[in-house]
Amino acid sequence: MSHSATASATPAPSHDESQQHPIRLYLVVWTWLFILSVGSYMVDILQFQGLLRWGLIIALMLLKAGLIVSIFMHMRWERLALSYAILVPPVLILVFVALMALEANYTQLTRVLFLNSGT
Amino acid sequence: MSDPAVTPSREPTARLPGWRGIAADWSSDQRSFKTASWGKVMMWVFLLSDTFIFGCFLLSYMTARMSTTVTWPNASEVFSLEIAGHHMPLLLIAIMTFVLITSSGTMAMAVNYGYRRDRKKTAILMLLTAAFGAMFVGMQAFEWSKLISEGVRPWENPFGAQQFGAIFFMITGFHGTHVTIGVIFLLIVARKVWRGDFDTGRPGFFTARKGRYEIVEITGLYWHFVDLVWVFIFAFFYLW
Repeated sequence: MSHSATASATPAPSHDESQQHPIRLYLVVWTWLFILSVGSYMVDILQFQGLLRWGLIIALMLLKAGLIVSIFMHMRWERLALSYAILVPPVLILVFVALMALEANYTQLTRVLFLNSGT
Repeated sequence: MSDPAVTPSREPTARLPGWRGIAADWSSDQRSFKTASWGKVMMWVFLLSDTFIFGCFLLSYMTARMSTTVTWPNASEVFSLEIAGHHMPLLLIAIMTFVLITSSGTMAMAVNYGYRRDRKKTAILMLLTAAFGAMFVGMQAFEWSKLISEGVRPWENPFGAQQFGAIFFMITGFHGTHVTIGVIFLLIVARKVWRGDFDTGRPGFFTARKGRYEIVEITGLYWHFVDLVWVFIFAFFYLW
C-alpha cells in the first residue's frame, strides 16, 4: 500500500485521465435518480394519459439519462472532442425514428383499408 | 489498460476550450482524444455501437406497436403483482429499476475509491454492484417465467397484439444478457483489485500487460450504460 501515500500526495499529474470527485456528489446524483424514478413510476400509478403522460415520461427519462451520462460516466469532465464524437451520432436514431413512424403509419393505414380486422 | 508509453503526460497542458478546442484536438495530427486513454475511448465507441443496437430494437418495437391494428397489451396490468391481496401495477419493474440505479451508485463510488487506490473499498463496492446486478437478473428470470406461465410466447399472448411477446423477449433478453456479462466482468475486475494486481503490476492473464485502476472506470462505463439502456426500456416499453 506504499502507492496510496504517493498517489494521494501527488494527485495533479494523473488528473488528466483519472477522475477525483467527492463521494457526496455520487450520493446526491443517486438520490436524484431515485426521486426521478419514483416520479416516472407515479406517472403510471396516477394513470396520467395523453400528452401529459408522454411528456412526463420523456422528460424524466432524459433527466435520468443526462445525470447518468454526465456524472456517473464522467462525460461532463471529458474534452468536448470526445463528448461530441459520442453524443452526436445517436441523434441519427431520431432520423430513423421519423422514417419508421411514417412507414408504420402507412402500414397501419393499409391494414385498416385492406384487412377487415387487421392482424 | 493502455501502454504506459502513450500516457499523455508529455503533451502540453494548455488546451483550448469549446469549439476551437474541438477543432484543435481533431486537427492536431496526433491523438484526437487528448485526456481520455484509449481504453476508455474504445469502451465509449463500443457503447456508441451498442446504443445503435438498442436503438434499433426500440425502433422496431415502435414500428410494430404503431402499425398494428390490434390493441397493445397494457404493460401496467401485464406486469402487475398481487401482494397480500393488494393489486400493485408495475411493482416488480419499479423494484428492478431501483435495484439497477442503486448498483449504478455503488459502481460510481467503486470507481472513485479505485482512483484513491483504496483496494478493499473498491472491491467490496464492485462486489456489491455485482450482487445488485445478479439480483436484477434474478428478478428478470422471475418476470419471464411468470409471463411464460401466463401464456406469453414470441408469436402469441393472451393480452393483445401478437408482437408483444417477441418484442418483450427480444429487448429484455438482450438487456439481461448485457447485465449478466457486466456481472461477470465486475467479478473478474473485483478479484484483480482485491488481489492488488494494479498495485503490484501483476501481468494480465490475456495480454500479459500490467493493468491500471482505470479498468475499474472502464468497467463502470459499461455498467452505467446498462443502467442507461434500462432507463429507456423502462420509459418506452413499460410506461408508454
